[in-house]
Amino acid sequence: MIEFNSVSKSYDGGVSFAVKNFVLRVNRGEVLALVGESGCGKTTTLKMVNRLVSPCSGFVSIAGKSVLDICVQDLRRNIGYVFQGVGLFPHYSVRENVSAVPSLLGWSPEAVEERCSELLALVGLPLASFGNRMPMELSGGQAQRVGVARALAAKPEILLMDEPFGALDPINRAELQGEFVRIQKSLKLTVVMVTHDVTEAMLVADRIAIMKQGRILQCDTAAGLLSSPTDDYVTKLMKTPLTRALEVSKLVSAAQTTDYFR
Amino acid sequence: MSVDFEMKFLQNFLDALQGHLSLTLASVAIGIIVSIPSGVLAHQFPRVKQPLMLTINIIQTIPGLAILALVVTFLGGRIGFLPAFIALTLYSMLPIVRNTITGLEAVPWDVSEAAKGIGMSRSQRLILVELPLAKPVIIAGLRTAIVWTVGMATLATLVGAPSFGNYIFTGLQTRNLESVLLGSVASAALALILDAAIGLYQKRSIERTRGVVGKRSFFLLFYQFFVVMVLVLAIATIFWPAKQVDVVVGAKGYTEQHVLAGLLSAELNRAGFKTEQKIGLGSQVIFEALRGNSIDVYFEYSGTVWAGHMSHEDNPGPEVIREAVERYVESQGVYFVGFGGFENRYALAMRRDRAEALGVTSITDLAGIGESMKAGGDLEFFGRLEWIRTNQIYGVDFDEKLIFDSSMMYGAVASGEVDVISAYTTDGRIAAYDLLILDDPNNAMLSYDAMLLSSDRITKRPGVMRVLARLANRLTDANMREANRMVDVDGLPVSTAVAFLQNTVNFDYKSD
Repeated sequence: MIEFNSVSKSYDGGVSFAVKNFVLRVNRGEVLALVGESGCGKTTTLKMVNRLVSPCSGFVSIAGKSVLDICVQDLRRNIGYVFQGVGLFPHYSVRENVSAVPSLLGWSPEAVEERCSELLALVGLPLASFGNRMPMELSGGQAQRVGVARALAAKPEILLMDEPFGALDPINRAELQGEFVRIQKSLKLTVVMVTHDVTEAMLVADRIAIMKQGRILQCDTAAGLLSSPTDDYVTKLMKTPLTRALEVSKLVSAAQTTDYFR
Repeated sequence: MSVDFEMKFLQNFLDALQGHLSLTLASVAIGIIVSIPSGVLAHQFPRVKQPLMLTINIIQTIPGLAILALVVTFLGGRIGFLPAFIALTLYSMLPIVRNTITGLEAVPWDVSEAAKGIGMSRSQRLILVELPLAKPVIIAGLRTAIVWTVGMATLATLVGAPSFGNYIFTGLQTRNLESVLLGSVASAALALILDAAIGLYQKRSIERTRGVVGKRSFFLLFYQFFVVMVLVLAIATIFWPAKQVDVVVGAKGYTEQHVLAGLLSAELNRAGFKTEQKIGLGSQVIFEALRGNSIDVYFEYSGTVWAGHMSHEDNPGPEVIREAVERYVESQGVYFVGFGGFENRYALAMRRDRAEALGVTSITDLAGIGESMKAGGDLEFFGRLEWIRTNQIYGVDFDEKLIFDSSMMYGAVASGEVDVISAYTTDGRIAAYDLLILDDPNNAMLSYDAMLLSSDRITKRPGVMRVLARLANRLTDANMREANRMVDVDGLPVSTAVAFLQNTVNFDYKSD
């Protein structure tokens, strides 16, 4: 569905590269997570899909067609994008935020309204009670749900997500991750997701691409990465969720013996 | 006070209000139309920003009066609404442009990125996202612009556009404090009302972002309708047909000129012509206005033309100047009707008792003792040839040279605050304060014979020209001094002084 054909990007005219000779293929209906430390080039990679960033060499193609051959606005309107900082329009109500893209695409007001109601129901914020609220009146979790609804408004086949759950508290995050998987499966979306949280990637993604210094170290399913890592960094990174879970589990059993949980 | 007087007062007030309001709103409206796109342009293209900000900053530093005079000159002497409107529009630009840029720069980065990411084009981002978010800041700039413009619109009086400045400047000249107060308070009140109106709108628009008010709030719709209507009205007044008048009478900004304009109007009215007065025009502006047919008639002074317009630095005596000036004004496309019959030149004057105590009767006597005296001059005297020549010819200088508004200068010499002043020879306060005019045997002071000038346009109205011809050479220094005294010293209205001149001098046509 999405192909990166040895894509490189330098922000300083070739002295250093944010992304270098990046080759990756994202299959239709798959969730692919880009995982790595800050500054490893994952957001740059993501933004090259909808041309918020242009590669210096190589090209990205969607369904076999280079994104450079698609009108940039049409491209963006047909790719859902969930932003790192949510990026809701503060002067638009929830309803207007969700309607933004369908309106730009020239849908009829009735169709926009119907889609709005459908999507807000999907993310658990009924139109009747949330439609007229302003972003300032929403909690962080609610705002991020609206962000997802906005990204999905124009029925895109592709969804790009940049640290979509990063700013949420743990309970909301877990809940929203679960809901996201449900929505993705029901809509058969092709998703590229950026995160630095390996646990999140393991729980949500079909495949994980581990990045370091602008390159892919390894790209495989979580199971594949765990069983046959090709790099020390991958081994270490993939181990962390398990190590931490074990530590937490020890704490829990210790607590249980002292009757804290009774 | 009679009903008639009150009606007239109300009429004048409404004229000033209408003038002030339409001038302010039209200027700010066009200011917005020019400034917001300029600000957007500067924001989009950083290369435009520096030169643009520099230009409007420079405009802002030019004093209001100077910019008005420059615009009048640039328009070839046209006075009235247009030059004031242009000057005010230029003046209103800075806060709006600056706040547009600031507002756009303050749009959160993630919101702009989001707008881009969902596929908005550059213009859609601007119109749908960036400008609406910058709106509160832009409106704050608009409020500043409105308050500035209302204040500066008072100066429009000086280029012949009616405003509350009429009360301020006439009041300053005739030492009518109530009039000054009325003009200032009315202008301040107008500024506050307009500012509050926009403030209310701004509050509503912020509440909307916070979701307090529903989108299609009836109040907001009504308010927007109201604002649009006011702007449309203001712009419409620019293109409104001028009042139908036969003759536009001009005057500079002091009492004698007010009285003379009153006299010209009264005599023209008596012969059945409709007149309009443009009072308080600057010395340079008024001659340009006559050349450009913006005004039709006013009294000029030979010395002003000789030194001011012809740039002569010598003084060949009254006769030579009179002939040269007459030829000059005709060469400028202006019609010379005749001399007025009186002379209002500069003269040094002292309190009579003080002059006698010092044994001074002539400027010659000041040589040697001037250095221990204080002198008061009007705004221009010490920069004028009269003073330079006095200084050179008689070798006179003073310990201190203080500058006064001419209305304050006489009080200063009467109270002994200064010893000598640059008086005007027809000023009523010379007699009232018992001042002595010092002789000028060596012609240091230029002669200022009053001369009646008319526009080329009005020469095609023989009826008007007949009335003007009757006004030439009938007035005397004594008449004018008395008329000026009535206004300046006794505080009588200009109309009373005009009536006095009409009763004393026979302006009726004589067949001889």
